[in-house]
Amino acid sequence: MKKAAGSPEPEPVVGISRVASAGLSCPAPAGEVDRVLLGHGSGGKLSAALLRERFLPHFRNDVLAELGDAAVVRVPGDEIAVSTDSFVVSPLEFPGGNIGHLAVHGTVNDLAMMGAEPLYLSAGFILEEGLAFDVLDRVLEAMSAAAQEAGVIVVTGDTKVVERGKADGMFINTTGIGRLYSGFRPGPARARDGDVVIVSGPIGQHGVAIMAAREDLRFEVEVRSDTACLAPLVRSLHTACGSAVHSLRDPTRGGVASALNEIAASSSVGIRLEEGDLPLPGPVSAACEMLGLDPLYVANEGVLVAIVAPDKADSALEALRSHPTGQSAVRIGTVTDNRPGLVLLRTGLGASRVVDMLPGDQLPRIC
Amino acid sequence: MKYLSEYRDPVLARSLVERILAAATRPRVLMEVCGGQTHTIVRQGLQEFLKGAVDMIHGPGCPVCVTPLEQIDRALHLASLPEVIFTSFGDMLRVPGSDSDLLQIRARGGEVRVVYSPLDALEIARTHPDREVVFFAVGFETTAPANAMAVWQARELGISNFSVLVSHVTVPPAIRAILDAPDNRVEAFLAAGHVCTVMGWKEYEPLAAEYGVPIVVTGFEPVDILEGIYMAVRQLEEGRAEVENQYARSVRRSGNEPAQELVGKVFELVDRAWRGIGEIPASGLGLRDEFAAFDAERRFDLGSIRTSEPEECMAGDVLRGKIKPFECPAFGAGCTPERPLGAPMVSSEGACAAYYNYARFQAEPAGEPA
Repeated sequence: MKKAAGSPEPEPVVGISRVASAGLSCPAPAGEVDRVLLGHGSGGKLSAALLRERFLPHFRNDVLAELGDAAVVRVPGDEIAVSTDSFVVSPLEFPGGNIGHLAVHGTVNDLAMMGAEPLYLSAGFILEEGLAFDVLDRVLEAMSAAAQEAGVIVVTGDTKVVERGKADGMFINTTGIGRLYSGFRPGPARARDGDVVIVSGPIGQHGVAIMAAREDLRFEVEVRSDTACLAPLVRSLHTACGSAVHSLRDPTRGGVASALNEIAASSSVGIRLEEGDLPLPGPVSAACEMLGLDPLYVANEGVLVAIVAPDKADSALEALRSHPTGQSAVRIGTVTDNRPGLVLLRTGLGASRVVDMLPGDQLPRIC
Repeated sequence: MKYLSEYRDPVLARSLVERILAAATRPRVLMEVCGGQTHTIVRQGLQEFLKGAVDMIHGPGCPVCVTPLEQIDRALHLASLPEVIFTSFGDMLRVPGSDSDLLQIRARGGEVRVVYSPLDALEIARTHPDREVVFFAVGFETTAPANAMAVWQARELGISNFSVLVSHVTVPPAIRAILDAPDNRVEAFLAAGHVCTVMGWKEYEPLAAEYGVPIVVTGFEPVDILEGIYMAVRQLEEGRAEVENQYARSVRRSGNEPAQELVGKVFELVDRAWRGIGEIPASGLGLRDEFAAFDAERRFDLGSIRTSEPEECMAGDVLRGKIKPFECPAFGAGCTPERPLGAPMVSSEGACAAYYNYARFQAEPAGEPA
């Protein structure tokens, strides 16, 4: 991590009584340290120890090991995809994952949706004074595992510590670099009349898991976040369908409804969904009923929406279903040249309704 | 989902539609009182199936929509006080006051929290003894028992930093006001199932008899609503005007008596202004004097609030069923869910928002309802 560059060999964190007695203003502790202190952001010995003992072991690779002011990486081709995202989820840990999984999956998935193979990540951490090290360790472990699974390495990073109350435990920013597949450039403006709309798995799980954790709601069947790396699914789609994949989105905030509205608007097409075809797990649907939410607007972190030419729709489904993350991929609708810009849903009763963008956050209803 | 999927069954819904179409010898005008029912009707596109046989007029039963502007402005004032933690159900947050809404107040530093129950607000008060916690007690008879319970418990537990800003309204006076209007077209009512779960339907019997209108206590799922409509149409065709209960799985004639008793101990009937409609005598609930300490209006100085309603908003006509939302010139142009002029465009139960979100495409080309 670049903050550590040029640091002298640091002192051990535990039992640094010499440092503590060196000056009254020094925030370094005398005893066992089990949480983040303001001193960990000082750029001094505590910072160096934090990096060496907590961060570096999780992200070991040759580029990072240089610890220079910037990472030097090799990228094939003339064009690369770059994407950045910040993660501020509360609570930090939830059924199915933690902020570390999201920080890797979020950025890696954004690269994948552009038709890119993710290669490198940067990671910036804003830590709140008092954050327990065991939470931090679990988050870093999750990031490390998620990065490994996604085939990316963390090549540069940064940590800052802010006073208690100024961050919700921790915030993470990651930026990713990816290599573009040749002849494969899905985009929101490329949907065409007749295309098939596919989702790669059950919808609504992440948002409901977070909401349940936040409100301390318990359901008979626990809803777990679906957070997952979508890069392998895109790799298979590229191989199986190539340029017949017209648009790809990962419907995170705003859910499937917002992702499809963006595509409908950018491509000037209509999109027609069948309510009965939406893969809606029972517990998600029950929780949404109770909370007064519409699952079409609930966030996902391990689902992609693909708009595919009709003759390749079956190949796309087969490619997605070859992965555990995509095994319940289904078609949920079609693209039409009717009513451009509008997403319509045919209800179970056979009537139609508009599925619009939300004006803001979904707000729970009174009764 | 058990206990839900059977009330969304397309085959059953279709057969009810057939029966309604066969029963209605001429077009009938019905009003669903409750915003939750409006939501289902528009979201499921039920009107599409009933065209020519039944015209559903959407009643004033959205608590968010009928909460008067003065009360919203009072809420905004309270929420911006530094000592206050203002708590509310989620869908009040975007309701426009004279010049702001609760979301904007929060962005400017006011502490506004969404809760699912007034008892959660009471718990916040218990754990923040150095702050004033105010809960925005809006709603019909459905939410009144829980709100009464929160106030009751605050007194029992001696939690003195808790108060409620009350804007409770009741259904029967609103039905009476609609029937008394000289241009009323409503021939029969679907009464709100959840309100009647608490209150029962005894108080609707005099209304049905006096005005000669059928009233059917109805649930909220598509099959419930279609069955309620069918029962009302059949009454009209047979020349009956009774109170019938479609929502028998939840509602008894006498309602939930312990809940009514608690509501009666904490609240009393008061005259209440309805946004867009005006004042209706004895149509609301206010805290009894012995609970004055928990009444935010008596606890804080709210005297100097001046309100101003945008002139182009026709929410009153929508709430009285005089016009459909898309007949308002501002609909979808000057007034959208992102920048609402009136409350019906905000709440998911509001008629304007329901039309905007779910049926706009039908209103757009021909200007015809769904």
